[in-house]
Amino acid sequence: MTAIDTTPRRSFLSGLGRITLSTTAIALLAGQEQLALVGTASAQTANNDTAILNAALGAEQQAIAAYQLGAGSGLLQKPVLDLAVQFQGHHKQHADALAKAVQKLGGTPVTPLKDYAFPKDKLKSQADVLAFAATLEKGAVSAYLGAVPILTDRELAKAAASILGDEAMHWAVLRHALGQNPVPDAFVS
Amino acid sequence: MSVNRLAAALVAALLAGGPGWAAGGDPARGEEIYQRCVACHALAQNRVGPRHCGLFGRKAGAVPNYQYSAAMKKSGTVWDDETLDRFIENPLKAVAGTKMGYAGVKDPQERADLLAYLKQATVDPTICR
Repeated sequence: MTAIDTTPRRSFLSGLGRITLSTTAIALLAGQEQLALVGTASAQTANNDTAILNAALGAEQQAIAAYQLGAGSGLLQKPVLDLAVQFQGHHKQHADALAKAVQKLGGTPVTPLKDYAFPKDKLKSQADVLAFAATLEKGAVSAYLGAVPILTDRELAKAAASILGDEAMHWAVLRHALGQNPVPDAFVS
Repeated sequence: MSVNRLAAALVAALLAGGPGWAAGGDPARGEEIYQRCVACHALAQNRVGPRHCGLFGRKAGAVPNYQYSAAMKKSGTVWDDETLDRFIENPLKAVAGTKMGYAGVKDPQERADLLAYLKQATVDPTICR
């Protein structure tokens, strides 16, 4: 594996997100009150979208905790350790953006669990940690795939699809690091 | 109806699994489908979603130390083939107000496979302690 670029990425919100997303999603994800969706959508729409975003936020918080466990396990060697820290940083950016969006919809962002009861006793090697992370990333891809079509606001759906793409890349890179086919299928499910 | 015909009808109903869901789920395929759930769920632990061990026959909203939505706690649902099939197909429609913000598994055979896996895994003593 080649060295990992650990240069701090531009903010999801001020960089890529501002370029690729627009209107309502940007307003929600960037916290711009004057453009926010609240007040333009029905209460039920906002409630459903809030539930969907909060479910995604919970998954992001779990991923952050999982990468923290991996990074602190002493099992990861550079450059894999740098990769884990970088991916955790992405999840932190996703979580921050989702929490702000939930608030803008009038909801209350979920908070991280105190203990995720991860299977620490089964993580005995770098490969174990990577396989565990890959499982969660695959699950996250599926979760976003299950969120995109039911988010009422299409700009929010677009934002969720953007995160899906990032997490699919995480999954592929982790599979590659494990010596597996990084892209095993033409479609994800 | 004779006893034999009644028995045959009961066996047929059991084999069919009941109206509204596919029969003959493949647990191995279901285990693959369950990987879609693990961003939020685990069999033995509460995570973003509640643990799945002991799922069948359990009243919705009853797992200790898990914070359910008010809607789930009030649903009165008891999880069995039919209620799980309906919920997994479209969670937000089946229990409006659920925290499970997910489109659902739309393919009846995939749901049957998933349920076949869950039926085994959620009572596996090596997993569910």
